Amino acid sequence: MPLDTKIEDRPWLDSSIEPFIKIQNVTKKFGAFTAVDRIDLNVYQGELFSLLGGSGCGKTTLLRMLAGFEEVTSGHIFIDGQDMAGIPPYERPVNMMFQSYALFPHMTVEKNVAYGLKRDGVPKLEIASRVTEILDMVELGQFASRKPHQLSGGQRQRVALARALVKKPKLLLLDEPLGALDKRLREQTQFELMDLQEQLGITFMVVTHDQEEAMTLSTRIAVMDQGDIIQIGTPTEIYEYPESRFTAGFIGNVNMFEGRVTNNSADHVTVQGTDGTEFYIDHGQNVKEGQKVWVAVRPEKLVINKDAVAAGPNQLLGTVDDIGYMGNHSIYRVKLASGRIVQTTAQNIVRPKDAEWAVDWDDKVTLTWEPSATVLLTK
Amino acid sequence: MSKNSKFVTTLMCIGFTFLYIPMVLLVIYSFNDSRFVTVWGGFSTKWYGELLNNQLVIDSAILSLQIAFVTACAAVVLGTMAGIALVRFGKFKGRTLFSGMISAPLVMPEVITGLSLLMLFIALENALGIPERGFWTITIAHITFSMAFVAVIIQARLAGMDESLEEAAMDLGGKPLRVLFDITLPLIAPGMISGWLLAFTMSLDDLVIASFTAGPGANTLPMYIFSKVKTGLRPDINALATLIILTVAIGVFIAGWLMLRQDKQRKVDEQMAAMETTKDEQAA
Ligand SMILES: Nc1ncnc2c1ncn2[C@@H]1O[C@H](COP(=O)(O)OP(=O)(O)OP(=O)(O)O)[C@@H](O)[C@H]1O
Ligand SMILES: [Mg+2]
Repeated sequence: MPLDTKIEDRPWLDSSIEPFIKIQNVTKKFGAFTAVDRIDLNVYQGELFSLLGGSGCGKTTLLRMLAGFEEVTSGHIFIDGQDMAGIPPYERPVNMMFQSYALFPHMTVEKNVAYGLKRDGVPKLEIASRVTEILDMVELGQFASRKPHQLSGGQRQRVALARALVKKPKLLLLDEPLGALDKRLREQTQFELMDLQEQLGITFMVVTHDQEEAMTLSTRIAVMDQGDIIQIGTPTEIYEYPESRFTAGFIGNVNMFEGRVTNNSADHVTVQGTDGTEFYIDHGQNVKEGQKVWVAVRPEKLVINKDAVAAGPNQLLGTVDDIGYMGNHSIYRVKLASGRIVQTTAQNIVRPKDAEWAVDWDDKVTLTWEPSATVLLTK
Repeated sequence: MSKNSKFVTTLMCIGFTFLYIPMVLLVIYSFNDSRFVTVWGGFSTKWYGELLNNQLVIDSAILSLQIAFVTACAAVVLGTMAGIALVRFGKFKGRTLFSGMISAPLVMPEVITGLSLLMLFIALENALGIPERGFWTITIAHITFSMAFVAVIIQARLAGMDESLEEAAMDLGGKPLRVLFDITLPLIAPGMISGWLLAFTMSLDDLVIASFTAGPGANTLPMYIFSKVKTGLRPDINALATLIILTVAIGVFIAGWLMLRQDKQRKVDEQMAAMETTKDEQAA
């Protein structure tokens, strides 16, 4: 387990802390179709929790059940210790920012943001000051009297955020909050979101199918597929310690090899790939000899060697098939004897001499990696 | 290309001639001095003057306008309620059936609608002594068929409206009734206005149903015109019809102009927003 944060920043490891959201065995069916299938999930106070998964895997449905727009078919949802069964959206301590922003087109920015406070019966003067404050925070002060259609996409998105934030809900649900923004605005807003979360102590639940966004923003990520949660973990755990081929393949790039276990000891496992490659994993794992398994290695863990390397496990021989120059790093596609392409990346730490790179097209190379960088997957 | 456009222009001219020749003739002959409708006897506005002195015409016109006004208002309220119930309140049992049933009056022959309403009114009159046939029976009859049109318009408008707007309002703490008045109604207001106008004009020009449900005393404008024309064409009816055409044309023109202006304003606003964004980006 990575120890990159202090224990108090990781409340999910402390069994004495009560989760803020408890989702227990929740199923949602639309007719005969199961959109969310027996999900269990705990989210803690102050977390920025991301739901990540392909289109149609049930992310929005899960959020809508938390907000109260969909009834659960079976199971229970507790928010702040309170069972949410039968509680309508307007009585939940939750606000949602919609995938489509859902700004009221007939109201000005100011009225849009003030709407929630008005419904709560907040005094007029206080409404005015809170609206001004939040609009200044999202840098929309001078647009207060505009209608939504007079705003650009990024400005609309910030109005939607302000409208959901101004009520200071205990839980803020964000459905693809940055989907419509360009790269620059997106990155800027990501950091703004993280700042907000630290300032206000609100618990965030964010839906995205952008994996980079999930990695940057989240305290933890749940990877979903077809209504199921496949894995829950910190960004590091999800990336470096995937538990299944689905997770490994969904987040980032990965080189995957099929094989069978040849030796299973307490402190290491060896695997023979179907193409004959020997893999060595430097920790024990619950597998049987002869069992069919998969070995996953991330591209950046592979090292390119131009000179011959002493024979051993965790080696792949091939020729450089293609190079993609990205400026700070390059992507190499290496063709193995079996015809299979393996991808690797390397930082461009030196400049090329006379436009000649150390590794070039058609070079014979050996790819090696650390035994600890090898991930053994059984499913 | 130009040959093609000539062809299209010709087609358009034929179509529009077909549509408008009868009306143009009617307008021209309303200024005819002769009392024979088909013989041109020089220009005159005397039929218009005669019209204004005809108390029967004025009475029936006022009655028609009153009926149309009450009908339009009631049909908008009832039709909007039906439309919202059918589109927004989930999939209750028999929704498809109701959805189909609401559009039945649209295709029902007017004679049958009129006849069935007449029978209902007679039965009620026998049992309760009300309603006396006249203003109210015509109005009720008009409301029943025009609310179906309003419901269809509202349904279409709601189906095109993002449901998450209402969800967002509820999410922010709006109870369903508040959300209805704060969000739903303002956003379907254009549909309600066109529904109102449609109900108004349909009531104004209905002859068949009014004939069935009117009592002996009440005469709507179409009924008056029809009874007059039965005894022979007269130029003062042409004058009356011309006035009606004028009124409708003004109404359509105002509605169209309002919509166009709104559209233009919107486009200008959107362009300005887009321009500012590019400026922002260049500055950043
Ligand atoms: N009201 C509904 N009736 C029937 N099926 C629905 C309904 N809402 C969602 N679904 C189905 O449930 C599944 C999950 O939908 P959901 O909107 O949760 O996906 P998502 O993960 O948010 O996808 P995306 O990333 O595309 O937004 C989809 O297959 C969808 O077709
Ligand atoms: Mg979605």
